[in-house]
Amino acid sequence: MDNDEKTAIDVDGVSKIFGSGPDAVHALDDVSVAIRENEFFTLLGPSGCGKTTLLRLIAGFDHPTAGHIRLHGENIAHLPPYKRPVNTVFQNYALFPHMTVAQNIGFGLEMLGKPKREVAASVDEMLSLVQMRDLANRQTSQISGGQQQRVALARALAPHPKVLLLDEPLSALDLKLRKEMQIELKRLQSETGITFIFVTHDQEEALTMSNRIAVMSAGKILQIGTPREVYDHPAERFVADFIGETNFLTATLQDVEGSTATVTLPSGKPARASLPSGTHPDAGRQVSIVIRPEHVTLALPSHETSLTGRLEDIVYFGTDTHYRLRLADDTLFIARMQNRRDGEAAFDPGAEVGIVLADGAVQVLRD
Amino acid sequence: MATDAQTAIVGEIRRSRLLTLPALIVLFLAASGPLLVVLLYSFLTAGDYGGVKWAFSTEGWQSVFLERDIFDDTVSVADAHLSIFWRSLRLSLMTTLLSLALGFPTAYFIATQPEKTRNLWLFLITIPFWTNLLIRTFAIMEVIRNRGIVNTALMKLGAIAEPIQMLYTDFAIMLGMTYVYLPLMVLPIYASMEKLDFRLVEAGYDLYATRWRVLRRIILPIVKPGIIAGSILVFVPSLGAYVTPRVLGGGKNLMLGNLIELQFGQGRNWPLGSALAITLLVIVMIALLFYVRAAQKGGEHG
Ligand SMILES: Nc1ncnc2c1ncn2[C@@H]1O[C@H](COP(=O)(O)OP(=O)(O)OP(=O)(O)O)[C@@H](O)[C@H]1O
Ligand SMILES: [Mg+2]
Repeated sequence: MDNDEKTAIDVDGVSKIFGSGPDAVHALDDVSVAIRENEFFTLLGPSGCGKTTLLRLIAGFDHPTAGHIRLHGENIAHLPPYKRPVNTVFQNYALFPHMTVAQNIGFGLEMLGKPKREVAASVDEMLSLVQMRDLANRQTSQISGGQQQRVALARALAPHPKVLLLDEPLSALDLKLRKEMQIELKRLQSETGITFIFVTHDQEEALTMSNRIAVMSAGKILQIGTPREVYDHPAERFVADFIGETNFLTATLQDVEGSTATVTLPSGKPARASLPSGTHPDAGRQVSIVIRPEHVTLALPSHETSLTGRLEDIVYFGTDTHYRLRLADDTLFIARMQNRRDGEAAFDPGAEVGIVLADGAVQVLRD
Repeated sequence: MATDAQTAIVGEIRRSRLLTLPALIVLFLAASGPLLVVLLYSFLTAGDYGGVKWAFSTEGWQSVFLERDIFDDTVSVADAHLSIFWRSLRLSLMTTLLSLALGFPTAYFIATQPEKTRNLWLFLITIPFWTNLLIRTFAIMEVIRNRGIVNTALMKLGAIAEPIQMLYTDFAIMLGMTYVYLPLMVLPIYASMEKLDFRLVEAGYDLYATRWRVLRRIILPIVKPGIIAGSILVFVPSLGAYVTPRVLGGGKNLMLGNLIELQFGQGRNWPLGSALAITLLVIVMIALLFYVRAAQKGGEHG
């Protein structure tokens, strides 16, 4: 981790077990992550992997079974939620139904004992920030889903927390509104400079919005990295599979030099491959490798093509075309190529086609 | 364009409405018939041995608030009646408050239990309700009388030398009525508490509200309709309670219900009894009006 970037939230070896005995649920299993100040950090993972549990521990609604959570280096275990400078945007918004939009937004500041005039000024500022000035005096039941979402956001931002926790805030919105809100959230984050911890199970949302992503599965963090790192260099099969479409192959390691290696592909041809960070596997081992469909091009089989397969099926997607190939060892391989105006390479289903790998297309998995 | 089919349907509806008429008449008579009789009686003259004589008189209504001296015919404010009105109101209000103080935490407790056990708790709360009122009242009597459970225990422990007089006091009446009507407070509060989204409570904590403030600013306003409904359900029957004050208050501490009964029995003054009954009804109506107002206000907000 860079030294010039301060840690906002430090999750250190945290486990959370619900219940006991045979029914015990290990919702989080020895999770460690350092979230930096002013970072848009995303927790990405499938349903039930423990994302909400981790947020609830940070907010203080639940307590870790083991491990520590520090805020700016200070252990916050003993602080109840109402003493933590952390606010949450709840998945269902949880707006107070008996208060107006403005009263909802002002609630946190009022509870902090801020003078009335200051609260009013702050509410005003928040209302313009989320573009809700006209609806200040509406009941929260009389506004649309997207507007409720913005009120929830403004309510959580108004007390200027050190860290904002967002639990799938966009999942209830339709696609168009969701795209708008994604942009708005990014804008708010850079304008306020508050650390955002954002939960989603939508990989595209995670890739487009985050500074860094933690991919979670079954109570564990599998990989932490920038969207590019996580997408281009997935460390584990789960990560590669969960984020984007990908091809899994088995290969044999040859020469290992630092973070790269030469592998022998199933076709017997060699290829350069990246190793997962921090691993030094021995040459001669069988490893799993992944190749993204868009990191290859198709050509007539020649000495330049690394793999060959029989073309089974072509699907046209407008901007690009997907080619499904069956390799010699009977595994399926998908190639995706952008469509160009000058017509595409003509391949017919049933034809024998070669696959050309782009530089850095092959990633070795840690398994 | 009205087709034949449509005309037929409309006719059908008209006819079926007509068919409900007998039921409506019965309902109307059942609901307002006795009330009209009582109203009529309150303007008649008392019969010598109970009952009424068919002669118009406002004597009944006058004696609700005024009393005539037997010897010199001077008229003065009916202190006895007023003090009974006042006691009824006071005891009913105190019963309502006590039920609220006990019922709110109980409802909160049940609403926060796992869904599976909630019904069991509700069942336990309502068990006394399935028991005969007299038996319940005598049970209370057994607990608080001078040689009852509480006094015996306290004396055995040496906390007191003489038994504390609890039976036949206003306190006894209030205790008994609270015991009897508590489920009527718990159930409506529980009903609105069950609908309360506990994530709102978490949102409150998250926004720097302490426990007390979460209770006052979030939980109470949201379950207010339940609290009002429960309060009315306890207050109204308390006001007209008859058995509990009779048994636990002895003969001395009358409430409105007992006063009314007295007029139809030993007092042989049916017009006064009728007038008192209607007065009670008016008080109840005012309480209900207050409820509707408060409920509407609550409705505007949520
Ligand atoms: N209070 C609880 N008691 C028992 N088990 C719980 C409790 N809360 C969560 N769990 C379990 O812990 C695991 C993680 O739950 P969590 O809510 O953190 O998942 P999530 O990643 O937020 O999923 P989703 O995307 O569906 O919201 C799940 O298996 C869940 O059933
Ligand atoms: Mg969740």
